Amino acid sequence: MEFTFDLNTIWFILIGVLLAGYAILDGFDLGVGSLHLFVNEDEDRRILINSIGPVWDGNEVWLVTGGGALFAAFPHVYATVFSGFYTAFMLLLFVLIFRAVAIEFRSKQPMAWWRKSWDIAFSVSSILIALLMGVALGNIIQGIPLGADKEFQGTFLGLLNPYAILVGITTVALFMMHGSIYLAMKTEGHLQERVTKWINNTIIFFVITYVTTTMFTLIYVPHMTEHFKSTPLLFIVAVLNMLAIANIPREIHLKKYFLAFLSSCASIVALLTLFALGLFPDIVISNPNPEYSLTIYNAASSQKTLGIMLTIAIIGIPFVLAYTISIYWVFRGKVKLTPMSY
Amino acid sequence: MSTEILARLQFAFTIGFHYIYPPLSIGLGVILVIMEGMYLKTKNPLFEKMTKFWVKIFALTFALGVATGIVMEFEFGTNWATYSRFVGDVFGSALAAEGIFAFFLESGFLAILVFGWEKVSPRVHFFSTIMVALGAMMSAVWIVVANSWQQTPAGYHIVGEGLNARAEITDFWGMVFNPSSMERLSHTLSGAWLAGAFLVISVSAYYLLKKRHIDFAKNSIKIALIVATFASLFQLFTGHQSAVGISKTQPAKLAAFEAHFDSSAAAPLYLFGWVNEKNQEVKFGVAIPGLLSYLIYGDSHKPVTGLNAFNNNDIPPVNIVFQSYHLMVAIGFTLIAISLFSIFLWWRKKLFDHKWFLYVLVFSVLGPQLANQLGWISAEVGRQPWIVYNLLRTSEALSKAVESSQIVFSLILFGLIYLLLFILFIYLLNEKIQHGPDHPETIPSEYEHKKTVLDRNIGE
Repeated sequence: MEFTFDLNTIWFILIGVLLAGYAILDGFDLGVGSLHLFVNEDEDRRILINSIGPVWDGNEVWLVTGGGALFAAFPHVYATVFSGFYTAFMLLLFVLIFRAVAIEFRSKQPMAWWRKSWDIAFSVSSILIALLMGVALGNIIQGIPLGADKEFQGTFLGLLNPYAILVGITTVALFMMHGSIYLAMKTEGHLQERVTKWINNTIIFFVITYVTTTMFTLIYVPHMTEHFKSTPLLFIVAVLNMLAIANIPREIHLKKYFLAFLSSCASIVALLTLFALGLFPDIVISNPNPEYSLTIYNAASSQKTLGIMLTIAIIGIPFVLAYTISIYWVFRGKVKLTPMSY
Repeated sequence: MSTEILARLQFAFTIGFHYIYPPLSIGLGVILVIMEGMYLKTKNPLFEKMTKFWVKIFALTFALGVATGIVMEFEFGTNWATYSRFVGDVFGSALAAEGIFAFFLESGFLAILVFGWEKVSPRVHFFSTIMVALGAMMSAVWIVVANSWQQTPAGYHIVGEGLNARAEITDFWGMVFNPSSMERLSHTLSGAWLAGAFLVISVSAYYLLKKRHIDFAKNSIKIALIVATFASLFQLFTGHQSAVGISKTQPAKLAAFEAHFDSSAAAPLYLFGWVNEKNQEVKFGVAIPGLLSYLIYGDSHKPVTGLNAFNNNDIPPVNIVFQSYHLMVAIGFTLIAISLFSIFLWWRKKLFDHKWFLYVLVFSVLGPQLANQLGWISAEVGRQPWIVYNLLRTSEALSKAVESSQIVFSLILFGLIYLLLFILFIYLLNEKIQHGPDHPETIPSEYEHKKTVLDRNIGE
């Protein structure tokens, strides 16, 4: 495949990095939310919520920044996708806010009915967020109907097709796996024993959905595999992905939870890399009428803007990494409930 | 209703609701830095208590700011796709800077600010407080720069024609320092400082009325009062600068502020009035003749460009701009009066003696909130019918793929969730205020209750 390191390609990669950062970080806290109803004791549920307590808000900033970067680097993609997926994204915003409300409200009153209702709200909205994001991703993989004016020509119901829903479910499974490993890292005692048992189940759930999605993709979405046919070396990413997943039970068995978590992060990165490799150099594939596809060239900002943004990113990213890592370092270790907890 | 009106309604509603919170975060951020700085300097535990209490309020306003801010960022694309295509290249660098320098800074260090008291040293904590306050202000910088570019575009050229036309950047610093950005930024920031300062003043005055946390309240009020006095006077200065700037860059907006129609006449300054747009007159108005001319040119006889100088389809709706602008100015002067009178009472050592005045202070929190909203209404409605002044009309900036029924649906969704969010905000704010600064919050869960009963039984 042709591959030149121009500014457009660099921004394609950088937005991919932001998306991966978001999926890794908000992925585990959405996963924790999706698993929330599997514990019953109030204190255990509080530990689950507080395991993500200091960080979930910051994790969502990755979504804000990713959206901002997309707007900035590829305004046509931002405009087409956000207006095209209007109703789906409005629902996504609704559940994102609803989930935040649930986290804040849940522990404010001692009544059992109060806490149970907000627990359900928290968990269901976490699952729906993952599902909706997966559905959006699934539609991007398949391609969406675009016009010559770069505008979306489909409908909301058209977005809810079987393949997109399958990718949605795979996303939920992936985040559940990721979240359960995070919990094993952050909990102790009987609760840790319980969440460790979930890990195997979530891995099985994820592998089943992932394999099914892959089969569907190979059969029905052939354009995703073109680069892999022309450059078989790329297949290494898929192999690395399987190795990363296979490594998780091994590390859990050795009680090296952090390494298991890193494996899970690696798997998320590998999955998004496969996705990006399949798309490149398109960002939104027009299906039918591939000639209307939005590519990293016809949808991008000017070279000057991409250059200025790159300067900003090069100055800023070391700081972002430094303080993200230092914050996770400060809050390392097991969750303890304190008076400041949720 | 047309798609355009619905989309504008939705944007106005969501941005108005969003803008309750960021000014509070920006204002409280400054006050937190002062409080914690004084704690580090004096080691007086009262200042530590103050910082800890206001951090909790800060965290609440910040969380709501993030939740409602995500909506804003989505909405450019969902409702205003054509606009996004047009401005993407120009806003690109500003938004990238905002994301990297402001959002990450703010949200990252916030975790230490709120949850890190026991985990890091006091100095590192103070550093985090400064970073959070700085991050909050930085986000204002970039978003106001972007908005100012819409008011007074600079540093760009237009590439393409017709439907494919878009603005591309030619001079980054020309875009950042466009003709209105610095005066609008300073005006916005001092409005935010006022919002934070008067929240502290209001809550403290409430404690004094209820005779609770007296020492805490008196010291909080004094710090906030200094910020409020500075900010309210600075606001007058930046407001004046802004108006003079607008007379050059957006004369139609200034003319709408004062309902000035006749370009050949000197312009009066209205104290209040009601604009009849058809007859081009101000009813029930009280005005000081020539004052607007004097404020702009230093000459009360010099004519000011009036609305008649523009095509009918190039001017904003006048009365709403006139009313929101005049109300904002009136509230601004009231805040100056309250601040100065408080300082006077403080000097006479009577600040905490008058019950009626403490009631005034309790309600003063609404002042900056209203003025901030009204100021943005006059700035944004005053720019109409343009979304980017003289370049792109609001009616041409919509999403082509979105139908009015979809916007109605999302408006209902936002109405519901924002109602819930507002109830949450008031509930949590009230809970934190009622709880006060003394003891850490403990909400006994049923589990803990069982556990204490159990422990007691075992103990016996």
